Amino acid sequence: MIPELGQLALILALLLSALQCVLPIVGAWRDHRPLMATARPLAVGQFVFVGIAFGILTHAFLAQDFSVAYVAQNSNLQLPWWYRFPAVWGAHEGSLLLWVLILDIWTLAVAALGGKLPERFHARVLGVLGFVAFGFLLFSLTTSNPFARLIPAPMDGADLNPVLQDPGLIMHPPVLYMGYVGFSVAFAFAIAALLGGELQSAWVRWSRPWTNVAWGFLSAGIVAGSWWAYSELGWGGWWFWDPVENASFMPWLVGAALVHAQAVTDKRGGLRAWTLLLAIFAFSLSLLGTFLVRSGVLTSVHSFAADPKRGVFILGFLAVVVGGSLLLYALRARFVAGGKPFALASRETLILVGNLMLTVAAATVLLGTLYPLVGEALDIGRISVGAPYFGFLFMLLMTPLVLALPFAPLSRWGKADPASWKRAAWRIVGLSVLAGIIGWILGARGFMPLLGVTAATYVLSGTALYAIKRWKEAPAGKRYPLEMFGMLCAHVGVGVFIAGAILTRSLSVEQDVALVPGQTAHVGAYDFRFDGVAETQGPNWLAQQGTVEVSRNGEAIVTLHPQKRTYPRGQVQTEASIHPGVFRDLYVSLGDPIGPSTGPGGTNGEWALRVYDKPFVRWIWAGGLLMMLGGFCAAADKRFRVRREAPEAVVETPSIPTRPAEQNA
Amino acid sequence: MFCAITPAFAIDPLPFKDAAQRERFQHLTSQLRCMVCQNESLDASNADLARDLRHQIFEMMQQGKSDEQIKQYLVARYSDFVLYDPPLKASTMALWFAPPALVVVGGIVVFVLLRKRAKPAAQIAMNETGDDW
Amino acid sequence: MSARLIPFAVFALLVVLFGVGIVWNEHHDASYVPSPLIGKPAPAFDLPMLDDASQRVRKHDLLGKPYLINVFASWCFACGDEHPVLMEYADRIGVPLIGYDYKDKPADAKAWLAQHGNPYAQVIADESGATAIDFGVYGAPETFLVDAAGVIRYKHIGPLTPQVIAQELEPAIKAAQDSTR
Repeated sequence: MIPELGQLALILALLLSALQCVLPIVGAWRDHRPLMATARPLAVGQFVFVGIAFGILTHAFLAQDFSVAYVAQNSNLQLPWWYRFPAVWGAHEGSLLLWVLILDIWTLAVAALGGKLPERFHARVLGVLGFVAFGFLLFSLTTSNPFARLIPAPMDGADLNPVLQDPGLIMHPPVLYMGYVGFSVAFAFAIAALLGGELQSAWVRWSRPWTNVAWGFLSAGIVAGSWWAYSELGWGGWWFWDPVENASFMPWLVGAALVHAQAVTDKRGGLRAWTLLLAIFAFSLSLLGTFLVRSGVLTSVHSFAADPKRGVFILGFLAVVVGGSLLLYALRARFVAGGKPFALASRETLILVGNLMLTVAAATVLLGTLYPLVGEALDIGRISVGAPYFGFLFMLLMTPLVLALPFAPLSRWGKADPASWKRAAWRIVGLSVLAGIIGWILGARGFMPLLGVTAATYVLSGTALYAIKRWKEAPAGKRYPLEMFGMLCAHVGVGVFIAGAILTRSLSVEQDVALVPGQTAHVGAYDFRFDGVAETQGPNWLAQQGTVEVSRNGEAIVTLHPQKRTYPRGQVQTEASIHPGVFRDLYVSLGDPIGPSTGPGGTNGEWALRVYDKPFVRWIWAGGLLMMLGGFCAAADKRFRVRREAPEAVVETPSIPTRPAEQNA
Repeated sequence: MFCAITPAFAIDPLPFKDAAQRERFQHLTSQLRCMVCQNESLDASNADLARDLRHQIFEMMQQGKSDEQIKQYLVARYSDFVLYDPPLKASTMALWFAPPALVVVGGIVVFVLLRKRAKPAAQIAMNETGDDW
Repeated sequence: MSARLIPFAVFALLVVLFGVGIVWNEHHDASYVPSPLIGKPAPAFDLPMLDDASQRVRKHDLLGKPYLINVFASWCFACGDEHPVLMEYADRIGVPLIGYDYKDKPADAKAWLAQHGNPYAQVIADESGATAIDFGVYGAPETFLVDAAGVIRYKHIGPLTPQVIAQELEPAIKAAQDSTR
């Protein structure tokens, strides 16, 4: 009975979302205040019902109600309760519900915090968000009902995929969706601006904190996914350029471009059309990612089970939302020229260079991800596009961006002083070379390690140079507004990430070894002594657990316990054991016994182990988290708090003399 | 098939001559796609065929075959699909050249628009006073 | 205006591509990768017979008329699905059906054939799977059509079904036979 209530709640939420889409937009069009005023209660109501549905599904998992097909497929009597909770979003139907719930959380935040926005604008924003929610609720109810019954109920469920039984599952999807879905707000602002013709830069200032927060969440979500793959999949990689990863990376790249383009539009009034377009792109790529993951058109590690009906539905929805937005853009965006003039040598130009490279990088990831599909469609043979392609082109495309990065903050808006560039360049390059020499002395031999050290120093010293400049030039108390502090954080994050990515790649040592108990393997500068394998047990698994003593020059460092777990349905899952460190991770995973075993359970013979020495791998995630922090800090700047001016007034920056819409009309 | 139920990755100790050969092997096999578990590289895949092919590649390395020869050996049997690094040929021209072309076209568009819109530097007053953030 | 339509146009192309992708996926097995060996001479092989390991079968022993090689194994689940079809069609297709026992213990394979019936004219055994690499085998069952000159004319990956036999295999066999005459 209870699951049916969940379904009913979803149906009610669908109806409310339909109203939330239609009424406020009609109200804004007719300038009918009572209609516009429905937006907020409808958003709240929709949130409540989706929340109820989500709560009921969670209850079904906690109560092990296997008469619900989704629970039966993704849970098991032996599954510990703390994994039953995230199991709610462990597969397609439930994660879709999470998607809608998070969309509603964002909508609620806009409804609550956007009260000072002009009424018509606010109504339109909520209406657009209502439409997105409508599409996804309809998708859920028609093709992916999480409450579908399985009669008769099985005695026991299948199981949650063991790969997903990890703390990473608790973190990764909700945070990632906060980012993915968060771009819907910037999107809704852009569409509302296009619908209302309010194409001054005001909408951009309102939407900036939302974009920054969403981008921050997306950074954190990608970091969580990367860390999860690293610690769970047992082969020490942190990024695979898999289609599903690419699906989250494309909106991140465009989001990074959007964050910067919005800054230009907000402060200088320029790039308005481009900012609109990027806001549409960022969310479109989120939707596209959802399509790629859930339609099964691409072969991927962790895509959901393919169902052509779902693919057709999302494709249709994608066509309506994205196609409609781009058409709207083509029709309306011609009213948006303007902004303060700037010279070729200026901060604006450098930001444009960065925008160009980020957008092309996103397009390249899209092209590489979809090219196999193109090959199939045109029947020119099946090809694979993987890490070597993406890695090579990405490095190439990011080089100009990294080179330009320190100089953008150091340049003035409007017109930069090339002489100051020269001075800064000498210092930055000098420091980078110095760091390279120190790196060489410390043992970073070879092209790639030196590249990592110098490139990271280049970014970090350039960012520091700007921080110092502010310290000297600006009056105390006004030196680092939060928005700028966020920028500094995120740019430091880029430097830290570069160091981590390049050094891990070039300095890691990976070795598969066969050891009998008592035998030692030398990997990198470390000795790994294998002390045999014993049986152990968890809440819902049995494991063979190895013991590996790690030492360096005879000095004991840590004892690692890699496991090979067997879950109730016979699924085998390796559980790597990692000794994390600021400068290096030591990482061991346990393979199979080799050859004939001697003892009971085959524990005394030779075992295969994989051993890693991974320097600087944590820096990759630290860099991503700094970028997240940057996004959050920037969003918290009090500049962005909307002040209510005269009703219906467009909050106009004094920099724009006339309304371009009137000029063109 | 078997890939779905064994998410364990391959651990396969082989008697390499030296560290350089091991790294070469790891690099090469990570760039080759497993035909059975199509989401995995030969380096990572636990599929039986992947193991056979790893051992075959190891043997070929001992015989002094180059990476290119080993790739050709596999392509002749399994097609270009095994290469994660798609070779440049007529069907992949767009894949390899579209990104640089986009940079060039985008760069030209940006430059032309800037030239059209940007005023000569002399006409823009330097924003000397006040906070330039 | 026209320049601003470019994003829309590009997106429209993408939607078409995705539509084709969905349709393609419905009619194709995504794990199917066409073999580069079609139209090329079959690799030379020299394998023992399953029934009598002392007797060997070589590629040139089979030259002169077209034949089918069907890769199977006792551990292969899909081969069990395919087997009744082979039992039914083996005598009707007009060319000898050679069984290719892939990475299998001979005793298991013999027991399997004894239990399910033996549709093959003869069975060769590749216990290590080394020769199968030369054939580009990546999953049983697979079926190769080799013509009289020893050239691979057609390959099917996955279980043969009556539909596949009627629509693809039989025309290929006919073509191979015609070119022989």
